[in-house]
Amino acid sequence: MAFKLDAKIPAGELAQKWSNHKAAIKVVSPANKRKLDIIVIGTGLGGGAAAASLGELGYNVKVFCIQDSPRRAHSIAAQGGINAAKNYQNDNDSVYRLFYDTIKGGDYRAREANVYRLAEVSNLIIDQCVAQGVPFAREYGGLLANRSFGGAQVSRTFYARGQTGQQLLLGAYAALNKEIAAGTVKSYPRHEMLDLVIENGEARGIIARNLVTGEIERYGAHAVVLASGGYGNVFFLSTNAMGSNGSAAFQCYRKGAGFANPCFTQIHPTCIPKHGTQQSKLTLMSESLRNDGRIWVPKKLEDVKALRAGTLKPSEIAEEDRDYYLERRYPAFGNLVPRDVASRAAKERCDAGFGVNETGLAVFLDFKTAIARLGKDIIKQRYGNLFDMYEEITDVSPYEEPMQIFPAVHYTMGGIWVDYNLMTTIPGLYAIGEANFSDHGANRLGASALMQGLADGYFVLPYTIGDYLSHKIQAPKVDTNTPAFEEAEKAVRAKIAKLMSIQGKQSVDDIHKRLGNIMWENVGMARSKESLTKAIAEIKALRAEFWKDVKVVGDPMSFNVELEKALRLADFLELGELMARDALNREESCGGHFRVEHQTEEGEADRDDEHFAYAAVWEYKGMDAEPEMTKEPLNFEFVHLAKRNYKD
Amino acid sequence: MNFTLKIWRQKDAKSKGGFETYKVSDISEDTSFLEMLDILNNDLIHAGKEPVAFDHDCREGICGMCSLHIDGKAHGPGQGATTCQIYMRKFKDGATITIEPWRSAAFPVIKDLVVNRGAYDQILQAGGFISVRTNSVPDANAIPIPKADADEAMDAAACIGCGACAATCKNGSAMLFVAARVSSLAKLPQGRVEGARRAKAMVAKMDELGFGNCTNTGACQAECPKSISIAHIARLNREFLSAKFED
Amino acid sequence: MSCFLCNSSVGKKLVMSVSGCFLVLFILFHMSMNLTAIISPAGYNTICEFLGANWYALAGTAVLAAGVLVHILYALVLTLNNYRARGSQRYAVTVQEPGVAWSSKNMLVLGFVVLAGLAIHLIHFWSKMQLVELLGGHVNALGFGPADGAALIAHTFSKWYNVLIYLVWLAALWFHLTHGVWSMFQTVGWANDTWYPRLKCLANVVATLVFLGFAAVVVVYFAKNCCCTCC
Repeated sequence: MAFKLDAKIPAGELAQKWSNHKAAIKVVSPANKRKLDIIVIGTGLGGGAAAASLGELGYNVKVFCIQDSPRRAHSIAAQGGINAAKNYQNDNDSVYRLFYDTIKGGDYRAREANVYRLAEVSNLIIDQCVAQGVPFAREYGGLLANRSFGGAQVSRTFYARGQTGQQLLLGAYAALNKEIAAGTVKSYPRHEMLDLVIENGEARGIIARNLVTGEIERYGAHAVVLASGGYGNVFFLSTNAMGSNGSAAFQCYRKGAGFANPCFTQIHPTCIPKHGTQQSKLTLMSESLRNDGRIWVPKKLEDVKALRAGTLKPSEIAEEDRDYYLERRYPAFGNLVPRDVASRAAKERCDAGFGVNETGLAVFLDFKTAIARLGKDIIKQRYGNLFDMYEEITDVSPYEEPMQIFPAVHYTMGGIWVDYNLMTTIPGLYAIGEANFSDHGANRLGASALMQGLADGYFVLPYTIGDYLSHKIQAPKVDTNTPAFEEAEKAVRAKIAKLMSIQGKQSVDDIHKRLGNIMWENVGMARSKESLTKAIAEIKALRAEFWKDVKVVGDPMSFNVELEKALRLADFLELGELMARDALNREESCGGHFRVEHQTEEGEADRDDEHFAYAAVWEYKGMDAEPEMTKEPLNFEFVHLAKRNYKD
Repeated sequence: MNFTLKIWRQKDAKSKGGFETYKVSDISEDTSFLEMLDILNNDLIHAGKEPVAFDHDCREGICGMCSLHIDGKAHGPGQGATTCQIYMRKFKDGATITIEPWRSAAFPVIKDLVVNRGAYDQILQAGGFISVRTNSVPDANAIPIPKADADEAMDAAACIGCGACAATCKNGSAMLFVAARVSSLAKLPQGRVEGARRAKAMVAKMDELGFGNCTNTGACQAECPKSISIAHIARLNREFLSAKFED
Repeated sequence: MSCFLCNSSVGKKLVMSVSGCFLVLFILFHMSMNLTAIISPAGYNTICEFLGANWYALAGTAVLAAGVLVHILYALVLTLNNYRARGSQRYAVTVQEPGVAWSSKNMLVLGFVVLAGLAIHLIHFWSKMQLVELLGGHVNALGFGPADGAALIAHTFSKWYNVLIYLVWLAALWFHLTHGVWSMFQTVGWANDTWYPRLKCLANVVATLVFLGFAAVVVVYFAKNCCCTCC
C-alpha cells in the first residue's frame, strides 16, 4: 500500500501561509496540557528546544538522549554560525532573500512553504538566543556582528567564536534545565530508543534501553517527537560524532514512517584529509574559513609531484602557478560557493591528478592573502582556535603553510518525511531538525542546520503539535501494559539476544568500516547506475555476513558499548541500501546528489525538473524486500525553477 | 610506535576495580589517543575479551564527553585540549601509559573509565539558566552589550562540562564549572536579573552534591581543556557573597 | 546570614579569608614590634609592658586567640570536606600541574608547621610574659621580669637549635603566606586576570617582609650572643 501523502501546505500567499496556518490550527488549554505526555528523542538543537518549549507550555515531557548529558548532542559541534534574515548589516537582506537562497542552495528540491517559514522564524531565533544569554559575537558598538557563509551574497550569519553550535545548544539546554527544575520535563540521559510503539495506527510510545544497566524499558505518551539527528555515520568516516546514528529514525521507518530522499547527503568541502586506516572520524574545519581562505591546487603537475615528494613547500609555489579554481570557475561567489559545488570542484581537481598530498586527495585552503591584508592578529582572533586544532591534528601551522582540506560526509538532508506540521506518516509521530527531510532540499547551506533545528524546536513544533493533541484531551494516560508494548519489547529483546548469540569473527567496527568503504566509493560524491547497483548488492551481502559473523562481547544486561554499536550498525546496513536505491532512482544530478550520467559539459549538476521535482518517500517492506516509493510532487508557485548559477 | 597501557578496569559501580596491563603495537604517530584505545579494543574483541569502556563522542574537543586521567593528568599531556585531541606523537615510543577514570566522590565510576557526571547537570538545573519563555523576548539588538563583556561571557561559556576541573582538583571542587556558568551569565545584562538567585542556588546545589571547597590552587585552570580562568571563580565568590550579604 | 558562614563552601572560605587577613595584620604588627628590639631593647620592653596583663592587651589576646582558633577549626572542617569530596579511590599517578604553586596544595601541612612553631613560641615567650603577669607573678621561671622581653629574646636565641626551629617556622610561614595572602583576595572576589600578577606579587612581598622582619631579630640576637661569647 503506497502512502497517501498530504503535505498539508496552507493555501494563500507565501508570506501569509504560516500566520494563516497558526491562526487556523487548534490549541490545547493549560488544564488539558497537564494531562498530556510527550516523548522527545534527542536533545540537540531541535529536541532540546522542543522539549523545553513543550514543557514550558505545560505538557509532561520525557526527553531521551544517548549521551551522559543532554548538553552533549552533536549540534554542539557546529562551528561557524546560524543564519537569520535580520538585515543588521544593511546589505539588503530580507526573509525573502534568505528563503530564496535556501531554496536555490537546496537545488530546488525542498518545499517552498517550509523553507519560507524557516526564513520567517529565523529572526525570532536570534532574539530568543540572545535573551537566553548566548554570547554572540558583537561589534564595538555593542550590537551583534555577522559574517558571510557559502551560497549567500549577504552577511547574515551570527556566530559565537568557532563554537556557535555549542553556545546555541547550551541555550537550549539551559531552557531544558529550567523546565527540568520546574518538573515539567524529565530527562533520561544514557537511554537509547530501540523501537517505536504503535497502537491503532498512532504513535503511543517507545521501547528504550537504559545504557547503564542494560534494562529494556517502556515509555508511553500521547505523541512522540523524533529529534535524533542524521545518519551520516553510515559512511563510518564522517564529521558526525561517534555516537550519531540513524537507528531511532530507522525504527520509525520500519514501523511505517516514510523516509524521504535518503540519498541526499552533504559532503562538506573543508575537512581535514584522511590520514590512515586507523582513523575513527574526520574533523571539520568550519566553513567560515572560506570567508578569508582561498582554495587552490597547483597549475603544474610537476609541482604536485614535488609537493607529494616533499621537495617543495606549498608556500614556495608562485602566485601564477596556483589555480584558484573556485574563483576561476565561479567568479561571482568565488570561494563562497555552496558546499556541494565546492566539494565537487575539489574532487574534479583531485581526479584530474592535482591532489596535493600523498593520497592525492587534498587541496589547499590558504590564508596567505588574508594574513597579508588583515595581519596575523586579526586572523588569529577570527580563527585562532580552528588553526590551533588543525595544527594539533596535522602538526602543520596554517599561519605558515596552507591547510590541506578534502570533502567529507557531514550532514544528511534526507530523513523522515513530514508534512507542514512536522508530523510523519504515522499520526502522533513528529520529526524535527536533521531527522526530517523538509527544509534543505538536495543541499544545505552553511549555518542553516542550526537555524532549522531551533526553528522546528522553538517556533514550529510547539504550535503544530497542539493541533494533533487537541484531539487527545480525553485520552487517558498511555498504558504500557498492552500487547503492542509487549510485542515491541519482545522484538527488541529477541534482536539483542540474536546479536549476542552470533559470536562470529568480525567486530562491529570491522564490518562498519567495510560498509563505509562501499558507501564512500559508490554512494559518495559521484554516483552512477553501475556504482549504485554494485553498492546495493555489496551491502546486501555484507548485511548477511553481519548477521552471521559479527562478534558482540560482554553482557547485554550491563553497560555494553559493543552491543550499542551492533544495534546501530544493523540499521545502517539497511539504511545504506535504501540510500543507494534512492540514488539509483533519482536519474538526475541535484545538490549533493551527483549522478555522473547527468552532468553538463562543464561538469555541473544537470537537474531534471520535468521528471524529478519530487520528494521520493520510501516505505519499509521488510529487511530484504524492496521498499516502495511514493512521490510527493514539489510545486513551485512562487520561485522560478532555474539552473543554479554561482558564476555571475 | 608501541605502548604499554595500564588501564583501570571496573565491572560496574559496585565492583572493586583494579589496573590491568595491555600492549599495543604499530601505532602511527598521527593516531589520536582514543583511536589508539579503539585499536586496543578491537584487539580485545577479537581475543573474546571485553573492550575497555570509555566515554567519547564528537572527537573534536567540544562535546565534553571524553574524560580520562592519563599519566596523572586530566585529558592527558598538553594544555587546552581534551583527550580526544591528543595525538600519539605526544608520547615517547615504548612508554607505559597509566589511564584512570575521573576520581571524585561526586563522579562515581559506572564502568572501567566511564563515570557518572550527572551532578553537573543537577547543578545547572538548580539555576544555570535565564528564565525566559520561548517567543516572549525583545529584539536581539534591543540591548547593546559592550564587546568586552560579551567576549568575557564567551570566555566563560566555552566550558564543555567535561568534569576535568573537579577531577583534577585535590579537593574535588566543582568551583570552576559553577563559576563558568555564573560568571558568563553575570556578564550579560540578560543574566544579571537573576544573578543573585543563581549564584546562591548553584553553590548550594554544588555543596549538597558533595563537591569540595576551592582552595585556589589553580589546578583546574591549568587542566581545563578550554583554559577557563579562575578569575571567574573570583566573580562567583563576589556574586555569591554580595547576594548573601543582601539577604 | 550567620548560617551561610557555617554551611556553604564559599561562606566557610570567607571565614578563612577574613580570619587569615586578620592574622596577617597581626603578624605585620608583631613583626614591626620585634624590629624595635634590634634598635632599642629598652623601647621594646616598654611595648612589652604596655602589652602586659592590661584589659586591652588581654582583650586583644583573646580576639587573636579566637582568630587563630577559627582559622584552624575552619581549615580542619574544610580539609575534611575536601578529603571526602575526593572520594575513597585516589589516583595512582598524579603530577604537579603547570603554574600550580606547591604551597597552594600543602596549606594544611604548612599550617600545622606554623601551629607547632606557634606552640613553641608561646612556651618560649607568652608563658613567660603575659601569662606570668596574669597569674600575678613578678618574675618568670628564667628569673626575668615578665616585661623584660629583650632579655627573653636574647636568652632564647642564644641557643642555636632555637634559631633553627624559628627559621624553619618562618620558612613555613613564608610558604603559607605566599598562597594565603593573594588567596584571601580571590576568596572575597577581589581578583581578576589583570590583578593576579599584582596580588601574587603583593603576597610574595608580604611573605618575604614577614620572614625577613622576624628572622632579622632572631639572627641579630644570635649574632650578638656569638660575639659576646667570643669576645
